Amino acid sequence: MTTLPASTQKKLGLVIDLDTCVGCHACVVSCKGWNTENYGAPLSDQNPYGGDPSGTFLNRVHSFEVQPDEGAAQLIHFPKSCLHCEDAPCVTVCPTGASYKRVEDGIVLVNEQDCIGCGLCAWACPYGAREMDAAEKVMKKCTLCVDRIYNENLPEEDRQPACVRTCPSGARHFGDLADETSDVSILVAERGGFDLMPEQGTKPVNKYLPPRPKDTMEEFDILAPYLEPVAKDAGGFLGWLDKALDALPGGAK
Amino acid sequence: MHPAPSIILFTTLSGLGFGLLTFLGLGMPGSTGFTAFVFFTIAYLLAVGGLLFSTFHLGHPERALKAFSQWRSSWLSREGICAVAALVIMAIYGIGRVFFAQHWGLIGGIGAILSLLTVFTTSMIYAQLKTVPRWHMPLTSPLFMALSITGGALLAGQVQFVIPLLILSAVIQVAYWVVGDSRLAQSGSTMESATGLGHIGKVKAFEPPHTGTNYLMREFIHVVGRKHATKLRAIALVLGFALPLIFLTLPFGHIFALLAVLCHVAGILTSRWLFFAQAEHVVGLYYGKR
Repeated sequence: MTTLPASTQKKLGLVIDLDTCVGCHACVVSCKGWNTENYGAPLSDQNPYGGDPSGTFLNRVHSFEVQPDEGAAQLIHFPKSCLHCEDAPCVTVCPTGASYKRVEDGIVLVNEQDCIGCGLCAWACPYGAREMDAAEKVMKKCTLCVDRIYNENLPEEDRQPACVRTCPSGARHFGDLADETSDVSILVAERGGFDLMPEQGTKPVNKYLPPRPKDTMEEFDILAPYLEPVAKDAGGFLGWLDKALDALPGGAK
Repeated sequence: MHPAPSIILFTTLSGLGFGLLTFLGLGMPGSTGFTAFVFFTIAYLLAVGGLLFSTFHLGHPERALKAFSQWRSSWLSREGICAVAALVIMAIYGIGRVFFAQHWGLIGGIGAILSLLTVFTTSMIYAQLKTVPRWHMPLTSPLFMALSITGGALLAGQVQFVIPLLILSAVIQVAYWVVGDSRLAQSGSTMESATGLGHIGKVKAFEPPHTGTNYLMREFIHVVGRKHATKLRAIALVLGFALPLIFLTLPFGHIFALLAVLCHVAGILTSRWLFFAQAEHVVGLYYGKR
């Protein structure tokens, strides 16, 4: 049924730290790798070695330049995948019941056997989290690696989404955001985690942590004693001498 | 939004077909026998033909029957159910008119309501989408309904209704364009709200996720339509409303009626193309585009 559950027992999701993400795209590659080989239809590529390559990805990393009113611009790498919204508009528009939100953990999934490939769920998502696979003609989206997180055949440290497991800078965190005592909830509270496009009313479960303010260094220079002296306040005879010597060729600039 | 020909043809043709069925259901014209057969054939060709075009848009049309199951939450599912119900009821009514020269008013009335309801559900598929601010407004449904009823009146030859309906539709159409132009700005979605980085400063897309294009960019970011929007709006107004009005005020003749219908359909196709091509999806903000 594509009506949304009134509440879910858990709210499993990701917390993405925009301060530490280095934009290496390792999460994109590990996501594509795991989800091509496991749950559901593989993530196909079209013309991958040709002039116009294109393919299905469940996670993409954008890079934004942010220009403050004063000071240098900041470059912020911005990974984006399904936010497993509490009020997921992609689920309610589905005409076949293929899209659903799980009551037990809040994960939004697509039952690919029921998907007619109409694309309306992708239209309803403000975040671009759903992509129609051009080969299989069914809607693909992040499953929060539902086939890893509960998989007892994997070592315990691997029971988290592939993107989180692979991130070399620790910018991705996975956990239950309904539990206020969980590591991810504490992280969100301490760092001021925020929602993307709150005005769309989707109530995303995934949170983003803002870049920390840039620290400022007091100006000091260990070479200062060795630099040319600057004498601007010289007057009288010394002032005349300063100007006269400056006028001669070969002096310091 | 990508203006997919299958959806443009579907919404335009089935809108006309269900508009015609509405008038037929109300007994306008109340012809029977072969004349009624011709009217019903045209209506069904348009309505069913439009629905068939819509299946070209599906990745898995063989599973289309599953789309009738989610009427509690999905406007697309409701549309499918309304369309089938309208077509079945109007077929029963049509059989009475064509073969038995009977006007079963109650069945026709129910069929007319269901036909209109189908157009309304189609419009709600677009009007419900918060992600496309230009569609997510109270004028979208009146626009679809007005165009459908006007086209239906034109096809049914109800000249006394056509002229005021053409004027009414043109007014709604212009209002839809004027109001729609400021909808994205009013939605509050910006690159700053999309990224949550507005507290630092002005956000600019520095590097997209991939060097190539992708499904999202192909589906949601369309620029060509906007470039010529003003010219296309003028073409849609002239073809869809002005020329049919002129043809219908000329001394009545079948040739002018046919020209009026053809012009109107071409104008509505232009308007519907713009409906998609001009619509901005907020996901474009992540790409620094719209």
